[in-house]
Amino acid sequence: MKAVNAPIRKKDAMALVTGKPVYTNDIAPKDCLIVKVLRSPFAHALIREIHTKSALKVPGVTCILTYKDAPNSRFTTAGQTFPEPSPYDRYILDQRVRFIGDAVAIVAGESEKAVNRALKMIKVDYQELEPVLDFRTAKDNHILVHPEEDWKALCEVGADNKRNLVSSEVDGHGDLEAAFAKCDYIVEETYHTKANQQAMMEPFSTFTYQDVYGRLNVISSTQITFHVRRILANALNIPKSKIRVIKPRIGGGFGAKQSVVSEIYPALVTMKTGKPAKIVYTREECQIAASPRHEMEIKVKVGADKNGIIKAIDMYTLSNSGAYSEHGPTTVGLSGHKSIPLYAKAEAHRFSFDVVYTNLQSAGAYRGYGATQGFFAMESAVNELAAKIGMDPTVIREINMVKEGDVMPAYYGETATSCALDRCMAKAKDMIKWNEKYPCKDMGNGKIRSVGVAMCMQGSGISVIDTGAVNVKVNDDGFYSLMIGASDMGTGCDTILAQIMADSMDCHIDNIVVYGVDTDTSPYDKGSYASSTTYITGMAVVKACERLRVKIMEEGAKALECSIDDVDFDGDKVYMIKEEKSISLKDIANNSMVGTDNTLFATASHFSPVSPPPFMVGIAEVEIDKETGFLQLIDYAAVVDCGTVINPNLARVQAEGGIVQGIGMALTEEVTYSDKGRVYENSFMQYKIPSRMDIGDIRVEFESSYEPSGPFGAKSIGEVVINTPSPAIANAIANATGVQIRELPMTAEKIFKGIHGKE
Amino acid sequence: MTIKVWLNGKEIEKDIEKDIEADLLLLDFLRQNGCYSVKRGCETSNCGLCTVLMNGTPVLSCNVLAARADGKNITTIEGLQEEAEDFGRFLADQGAEQCGYCSPGFIMNVLAMVHELEDPTETEIKEYLSGNLCRCTGYVGQLRAIKLYLSRKREESK
Repeated sequence: MKAVNAPIRKKDAMALVTGKPVYTNDIAPKDCLIVKVLRSPFAHALIREIHTKSALKVPGVTCILTYKDAPNSRFTTAGQTFPEPSPYDRYILDQRVRFIGDAVAIVAGESEKAVNRALKMIKVDYQELEPVLDFRTAKDNHILVHPEEDWKALCEVGADNKRNLVSSEVDGHGDLEAAFAKCDYIVEETYHTKANQQAMMEPFSTFTYQDVYGRLNVISSTQITFHVRRILANALNIPKSKIRVIKPRIGGGFGAKQSVVSEIYPALVTMKTGKPAKIVYTREECQIAASPRHEMEIKVKVGADKNGIIKAIDMYTLSNSGAYSEHGPTTVGLSGHKSIPLYAKAEAHRFSFDVVYTNLQSAGAYRGYGATQGFFAMESAVNELAAKIGMDPTVIREINMVKEGDVMPAYYGETATSCALDRCMAKAKDMIKWNEKYPCKDMGNGKIRSVGVAMCMQGSGISVIDTGAVNVKVNDDGFYSLMIGASDMGTGCDTILAQIMADSMDCHIDNIVVYGVDTDTSPYDKGSYASSTTYITGMAVVKACERLRVKIMEEGAKALECSIDDVDFDGDKVYMIKEEKSISLKDIANNSMVGTDNTLFATASHFSPVSPPPFMVGIAEVEIDKETGFLQLIDYAAVVDCGTVINPNLARVQAEGGIVQGIGMALTEEVTYSDKGRVYENSFMQYKIPSRMDIGDIRVEFESSYEPSGPFGAKSIGEVVINTPSPAIANAIANATGVQIRELPMTAEKIFKGIHGKE
Repeated sequence: MTIKVWLNGKEIEKDIEKDIEADLLLLDFLRQNGCYSVKRGCETSNCGLCTVLMNGTPVLSCNVLAARADGKNITTIEGLQEEAEDFGRFLADQGAEQCGYCSPGFIMNVLAMVHELEDPTETEIKEYLSGNLCRCTGYVGQLRAIKLYLSRKREESK
């Protein structure tokens, strides 16, 4: 092996570090119409009338589109495989507006100034309606967010718009009551996580134009190039064949761009005017009208016998989908299906949930996808249980954790075919010197240092459903093309997939060019989400390369005038096994372009019947000022089992970046609303993502298992890494102060109140 | 009123009102003049993506009027390609450029720091760069790159 497991530089790295114009807004035509959206000032209202006459007179304004101009075809913006589990509940523009920031009108014009002036001059006559703002009272509320008759759910997800229900379900195994009866210790608590924003540095950006065939071309910063095509066809009510979508470089996604947030607006403008159009969201729009994490309130009841063996788990999740359904039915499942299976000895579990509509910003996909919320609840509850028993929280995990070969009833009955969670725990404890530091040490200066632990898992793609294909071909002189439909959003999948190809073809990675993504020419891939690209698309690369090798050997054998059984391919040449005869790949490649009928091209698609979990342990060391409640992170030790590490550098940075996002969620990223439903944290001034001053040291190590169903033994890394900070830091706070914080973020104020309320 | 700006060494003269609007921000002026490396990540001068050098000092170009650049030298990463590549290789060898969207502003500030501070400590590095947000990397890979870059610079100057 040469490329796999090597810290290879990303293929696009030098373009990015020298500031080349490679992102959507950099490559948009200079004469694009500028598109902006007029947004609702009310959380719930009906539009009686929109007066656009005077706004249209603003010089430079090209068009103003309202609900009267938009197609009446319900769709979902959720980037999911068809049929989407997210109910179809949107129009591009609707007469009913459902949250503060919902789209009321689209304005396009020649300059930003003209468009901004026109936005101010549009007069809207609203009939204000009472909103549903508290997600705890949304289910069966007399106010309906989606009373419309053409609302529809394509899948059985327990949705009912007449009950404000996006989804609901009860699932479980074993006799729960009997299992709890065996428990000597039971913890039953409620945990609350907020609607965090992904805050990728590149805002939502799209431009559109009509090509020479009259087709709508969409260039967008998206994780889901192929889903965008379908979603736009649904939204615009036009055939999919009329749309082409291209993904350039992406300035971060983290799930935000797994929904069609910005694409619909310029698309409609180009449809109506025939002119190129561009939208770039402001940061404020990214904060108030995008696709944040689902706010969840999770009740956990967990019981253990006198030895600390966890016997029973009961979890109920209430998830706030906001005004629309995007990713509501699917995120919620992960809150239980990913967190409960960590505790393999449980004899019974129940997991039930409701996902509700409210008149708040619609939620979406954010790294971790519901699992993150579930782990804050589950891991905090287990830490509280350990405290109740008087047990070290790492020990309760060591005696209960899932091991390789265990069947996981709460994880769809899958078997843990690769699992090094025990090694992860041992190494993380060693890295942080747990046994010396647990639970805490008074520093004698009013400050107290402590450690806290959590573990987690995620999936590797969506089992059975996720499909990714790649095309590979041999070009002149024998260099390869790797054509992918997976979206590199900065994570480096173009490079990761090329590394897998390099070892599959026994060649240098520089001998491979990667191209993606253009729906007209790239092979189908559902896109980059659900931690799937390395595991699913990576396996498609392995399969396609096997086929390409056969084709190369066929051509080689033909040239050497022997049977394919007599030859092998070493990456440079096809050679006869028993004779000193060979032909170079270069010659085979060049011959393949002269008078031949055998194209050196192969394609392969892949899906997996299982979704093997990566595992992780995270341990936080913090210092808390007892007088002020101020918390300083000192150190974070994390050990990840992502199977074979394809690229140690990129995997490490994934882990470090995910941990810091998790730290933001844990400590600073607050989301609060006015009594009218307005988000207060609408800029980076109020919504504080971590800076480099806020994080302390972060140390990541790998303990690799080998996943037999993954490419070269790999599983996923992208999402699992965000899950441990909230529960680990909560545990550290509890170990220092005895205060258990059950609502994120864990601010100094909450810690202070906890300490001083108690005293 | 006419403004004269030396953008990456090239003189640009613009008439306010005729060529550009009086309230044009330096960030938009730079992008209009082909410097697409200059990015806008927020509107509240919190993210550091739009960092450029004004007479050698880092400024947030989203927070400066183009008119304020009159008579000044403005340097973007387009004008420091060699230095950017040199440091960029260290960043890329950690995998710490990731999506790259914050890289130009970040690298401009790193280069400014290297000129301004002699042998900075870890705390000084973090403080100097605290205004440069990054959502992908978690900053520690960037720090590794900076330390290796600085130690190579020390080696060279010996």
